[in-house]
Amino acid sequence: MAQMTMIQAITDALRTELKNDENVLVFGEDVGKNGGVFRATEGLQAEFGEERVFDTPLAESGIGGLAIGLGLQGFRPVPEIQFFGFIYEVMDSISGQMARMRYRSGGVHHSPITVRAPFGGGVHTPELHADSLEGLVAQQPGLKVVIPSTPYDAKGLLIASIRDNDPVIFLEHMKLYRSFRGEVPEEEYTIELGKADVKREGTDVTLIAYGAMVHACLKAADELAENGINAEVIDLRTVSPLDIETIIESVKKTNRVVVVQEAQRQAGVAANVVAEIQERAILHLEAPVLRVTAPDTVYAFSEAEEVWLPNHKDIVEKVNSVMNF
Amino acid sequence: MFQILNEDGKIVNEEDVPDLSDEQLKELMRRMVYTRVLDQRSIALNRQGRLGFYAPTAGQEASQLGSQFALEQEDFLLPGYRDVPQLIWQGLPLYQAFLFSRGHFHGNQMPEGVHAVSPQIIIGAQYVQAAGVALGMKKRGKKNVAVTYTGDGGTSQGDFYEGINFAGAYKAPAIFFVQNNRFAISVPVEKQTNAKTLAQKAVAAGIEGIQVDGMDVLAVYAATKHARERAINGEGPMLIETLTYRYGPHTMAGDDPTRYRTEDLDNEWEKKDPLVRYRKYLESKNLWSEEEENKVIDQAKEEIKQAIKQADQYPKQKVTDLMANMYEELPYNLQEQMEEYKEKESK
Repeated sequence: MAQMTMIQAITDALRTELKNDENVLVFGEDVGKNGGVFRATEGLQAEFGEERVFDTPLAESGIGGLAIGLGLQGFRPVPEIQFFGFIYEVMDSISGQMARMRYRSGGVHHSPITVRAPFGGGVHTPELHADSLEGLVAQQPGLKVVIPSTPYDAKGLLIASIRDNDPVIFLEHMKLYRSFRGEVPEEEYTIELGKADVKREGTDVTLIAYGAMVHACLKAADELAENGINAEVIDLRTVSPLDIETIIESVKKTNRVVVVQEAQRQAGVAANVVAEIQERAILHLEAPVLRVTAPDTVYAFSEAEEVWLPNHKDIVEKVNSVMNF
Repeated sequence: MFQILNEDGKIVNEEDVPDLSDEQLKELMRRMVYTRVLDQRSIALNRQGRLGFYAPTAGQEASQLGSQFALEQEDFLLPGYRDVPQLIWQGLPLYQAFLFSRGHFHGNQMPEGVHAVSPQIIIGAQYVQAAGVALGMKKRGKKNVAVTYTGDGGTSQGDFYEGINFAGAYKAPAIFFVQNNRFAISVPVEKQTNAKTLAQKAVAAGIEGIQVDGMDVLAVYAATKHARERAINGEGPMLIETLTYRYGPHTMAGDDPTRYRTEDLDNEWEKKDPLVRYRKYLESKNLWSEEEENKVIDQAKEEIKQAIKQADQYPKQKVTDLMANMYEELPYNLQEQMEEYKEKESK
């Protein structure tokens, strides 16, 4: 098995699907000759030609609309939105149009589109480049929102997303792109969308996270283990729709939960996870479900980033609260 | 293409030479030299990790400063992310520009009398806002203009079309600058649009459009002055495309122009350098010397040194500062979080 960074696993998944299906098209700002600003599409234009992998004019809204139209012509568009903070520019295409295509046409048309975008903090990007806006798209029925935390998951989930006939928003945490390597099979494989993964088994408390916060949870779990607290870590992998079954099963086992997200506290994915747990498993809880999140401000680009971003210490602190409730 | 000074620093268009005093002509040169030094120093500071986000400006001085020089203090500026020099010459202290680069909110706090918003990050968003500022000025009966900038890539955004169309519909006193520096990160303008010029996009909105040599500071100044006069006389907005070039990368965050630009193209544009041609022009009028230029360079270096020191000494931005700036009055959630983060920050 090859050792890959997450960005290499993503390029590998794109290459695999470009090879597999001539309907797959990869496009966006700077994805062609430049290979993407993060090099996620490095070498793909040279390999598959400008008809399959191409630069677009600079217009996120246009990229979204183009994807919908190409989808109506039977293609499988994989557009890149250069930074997820630019999603507001293409919000109508995503939430107002592609998410509703199946519903509006009574199932006659669909949007087999995978919108890829980097997001997430900790890498000192400018304003509107690091924002965690998954809650915004997760609120839109008709979309699937996928966020991998490892190179292995990234490849399997991206291939599954491209093959899915519904629109998928595939979010890649910038800090995970090159921060570590993991084993990734060279052959193709898929990971089912909508399935969470238990990244670490435990009995005392469940930590639920996705993206970069999975790693913060695993670090917290190591620290907690030293104090005799055995934490289970669930990686949601798909934040919409949620894998309720895996979540509830774990709650029944541990009876205590902390939900962790890098995004701001108000509304969002963690709030939804908490609501689902209290509706479905309240009698299994020994303590309130707590959240570790960023505060309710805009992203603190640059100077105050490190304090603003949740970290493993915040998680340990919250776990101690639910343990001592 | 509208031009006054050719590449050799010779006047090619006598009738449009702007009516500027010798002192003003020299001031234009001073600003360009100063800004080139600022760019070089900013790149170095960025590499040392002492700045945050930085988008290089070398090559674009004539476009940026020639246009700003034609403005009045009461005019309203809506810059793009590369347009920090215009803000500085409009009155934003240098140390605040450095704080903006670091993502510190004080870098966005325009001092009194500087009518501007901080540089826009989202491509094209400032275009629609400029239409609004300009309409507001018209409604208030002001004799001022709203001035906004984007790059060639920005003309592909919906906001670009909406901005020029709205301003045209309301005959709002706006000046829309497109600094066509040939590349939107890596994508050349030929792949950005099938339009022969970007200035011609004005036609669809029913407003005036003009293509200007963006390496010719006198031409940019004259075109802006003209657009300004038209606008305050109620003749409506104008779209000005300046043909220019950025010598450096798109930003200092890992962009490598050698992936998409040839050395030949770089050389071709460096021959058109705005400082070189304008220096030749001033020298021919006995208005400029090496000594004078060195004086500006030394002054710039010293002021930059002081400004970075001042930025370093300014209190670091805290998460609680962000909270304080989110709403006029803190809602319950932020009140609670304020306490929590005060504690976190005190550790």
